Amino acid sequence: MQHESISLSDHKPLLSVNDISHYYGNSIGCRNVSFDLYPGEVLGIVGESGSGKSTLLKCLSASLAPSTGSILYRDRTDAVHDIYAVSEAKRRMLARTDWGIVEQNPRDGLRLNVSAGANIGERLMAVGARHYGDIRHEALGWLGKVEIDLNRVDDFPATFSGGMQQRLQIARNLVNKPRLIFMDEPTGGLDVSVQARLLDLLRRLVSELNLSVIIVTHDLAVARLLSHRLMVMQRGEVVESGLTDQVLDDPHHPYTQLLVSSVLVA
Amino acid sequence: MTWGCIVIEVRNLSKTFTLHTQGGVSYTVLKDISFQVNPGECLVLNGPSGAGKSTLLRALYANYKIDQGDIVIQHNDKKINIAIEEPRSILNLRRTTIGYVSQFLRVIPRVSAIDVVCEPLMQLGIEREEAYQRAHNMLTRLNIPERLFSLAPATFSGGEKQRINIARGFLSDYPCLLLDEPTASLDAENRQVVIDLIQEAKAKSSVIVGIFHDAEVREAVATNFLNMSSLDYAA
Amino acid sequence: MRMNDSGLDGYNFAYLDEQTKRMIRRAILKAIAIPGYQVPFGSREMPLPYGWGTGGIQITAAVLGTDDTLKVIDQGSDDTTNAVNIRRFFSRTAGVATTTKTTEASVIQTRHRIPEKKLREDQVLIYQVPIPEPLRFMEPREIETRKMHALQEYGVMHVKLYEDIARFGHIATTYNYPVRVNDRYVMAPSPIPKFDNPKMNDMPALQLFGAGREKRIYAIPPYTKVSSLDFDDHPFEVQKWDETCALCGASDSFLDEIVLNDTGDRMFVCSDSDYCEERRELGYKGTQPEEQGDAA
Repeated sequence: MQHESISLSDHKPLLSVNDISHYYGNSIGCRNVSFDLYPGEVLGIVGESGSGKSTLLKCLSASLAPSTGSILYRDRTDAVHDIYAVSEAKRRMLARTDWGIVEQNPRDGLRLNVSAGANIGERLMAVGARHYGDIRHEALGWLGKVEIDLNRVDDFPATFSGGMQQRLQIARNLVNKPRLIFMDEPTGGLDVSVQARLLDLLRRLVSELNLSVIIVTHDLAVARLLSHRLMVMQRGEVVESGLTDQVLDDPHHPYTQLLVSSVLVA
Repeated sequence: MTWGCIVIEVRNLSKTFTLHTQGGVSYTVLKDISFQVNPGECLVLNGPSGAGKSTLLRALYANYKIDQGDIVIQHNDKKINIAIEEPRSILNLRRTTIGYVSQFLRVIPRVSAIDVVCEPLMQLGIEREEAYQRAHNMLTRLNIPERLFSLAPATFSGGEKQRINIARGFLSDYPCLLLDEPTASLDAENRQVVIDLIQEAKAKSSVIVGIFHDAEVREAVATNFLNMSSLDYAA
Repeated sequence: MRMNDSGLDGYNFAYLDEQTKRMIRRAILKAIAIPGYQVPFGSREMPLPYGWGTGGIQITAAVLGTDDTLKVIDQGSDDTTNAVNIRRFFSRTAGVATTTKTTEASVIQTRHRIPEKKLREDQVLIYQVPIPEPLRFMEPREIETRKMHALQEYGVMHVKLYEDIARFGHIATTYNYPVRVNDRYVMAPSPIPKFDNPKMNDMPALQLFGAGREKRIYAIPPYTKVSSLDFDDHPFEVQKWDETCALCGASDSFLDEIVLNDTGDRMFVCSDSDYCEERRELGYKGTQPEEQGDAA
């Protein structure tokens, strides 16, 4: 954890987003979004359904080419890549070495026809690991880290509960130490008790591994717990952004105020 | 150990809230506030309820965004104006320089009391074992029974939660401490512990800004006062 | 020619029309130029169902000349239904000579085996392929598998092998065992036993693969490197038998297990019937007399 404080003073952004817009025909997915993300930073994107959060996340995670704008990624060697201008081969290589995507529905992010161990090992094999014993060792280590019983290593993910599947998906993404993780409503569809466990786990892993994370959520409590910084989206545009606690405790934009005041307190 | 030279300087600070969800009504809470706190000083904010004491404290922590003015934290030769800093610099400042102890503990499910207390130390890169030891000592000093250390504070009493908060705030020896009614629900014995902690921080040349409801504590720790009064609602 | 004798007047040589054959030959040439790459082709309706070798038959029809000698094997045997029918099909539509002897054949169409006898430069081996895409098990989207081939993203092939070891303690895939051709394309070798995989490597004969339903042709040119995928700590291995062929005593051939009766007696015999026969003609003998095998 020592590196965390160091990395936050790192003054070169990991990701630079410049004026991204995406249109679905005539309708707006997201519009004029710009920001920098620094190593070790967790950025939350909040807003109601249809506000463009998921479209933006897809653009950022190299899954949907924006209509206009560019996204620059700084790799481990300090080289900067415009992720939609580089070759698809390069982009896919970055996607499986440097980035991870945690889908809202773990079934979209897991291979359901192979075991938990193979799901975790896949990214290692994708970058050339060819020693079964090492791969399995690593898979078991990660099962432990995400609090899944080690003797489930050869079971199919379909036999796992929703919370376990989500944790497996996280292990699968983190196994080869990516630098940037995209998460779309990672706790959506989980019971609150399961959610709490997942959030705790995410919080720990993010700080232990010094990950940069962009997390889309409509749950302000999740955003507060995980993210350093927030962007509030409405109708495809970022209407307010800043320190998480500042945005939530002292919201300025009418929409943010509405969002914050609409939360039910248990 | 002392902190070298740490100074908080506030110049012409103003803060207005606009409530868009309630017809756009605006009211000014802080207007043209200026002060300076020097090393080893404890500035106590005085004033009736609604005078903006907590708002000011939150503004100093960058939890509230100010509309006008500067909040400059000068630590040795580094100067940071909180009013205009980027989020990550502020987070960095909160890690290393400014601590904030509120009346309320924001509980995180599943995280044990000792982990809550340790967290700021761990973020500074201090080894787990040492961090635990220091947290252990601090909690013991604040009379938290050891059997509670490993429990999540969600079920703790108000006083216990507050002491967890105090332990967390004082453990990492921040050069600058912001205290919002830290003794509100404490008994006499624990109140004395907090007074001692504040005095120790002052002795290390920390700067402290605090709100103390309790006159006894206020008199014991204050070196300066800032008198605040309610402003009219007109923005 | 035989076609005229049997009243098949009006049919073209080797059933397919010349334009179709040219199209297939072009696909074959492309396939040879890019070893292991699956070339799409306009697969025709054949007078037998998909899955019975329509891909192999179309390739055979396209490469067959009047002076060729054709051998057709199915599971190593020349006399199973599939082999007999395809052989008769070409003998009637092309009038070419047929044989069961590996050494005499110039074109060999096969399902599920590579002959035990080493093939020569003047021979062509044509495989019938049911599922040409080795990545299909892991990735159902065609557009994605093509991209994976293009970018050599082959990690998922090892996921399948990992799964085998996790489940069975060893790589349990025994047939259609994936290979990498010329250090480039990962290729499904068709459902041959992995016993035959090493034969594909550096083979003097041209190897052609046809998938009729999936409309794909791919090839391994002569003397091309073909390696089977594996793990460092679980290297590729072929099947081994404790037994030898009960008929010819061969210890180096792929053996079929044959159940003899209701009491569970069984014998192991060469799957390659031509190889076995030739050895017996040369006087090699197994542990059980031939009569007993026939009696089963």
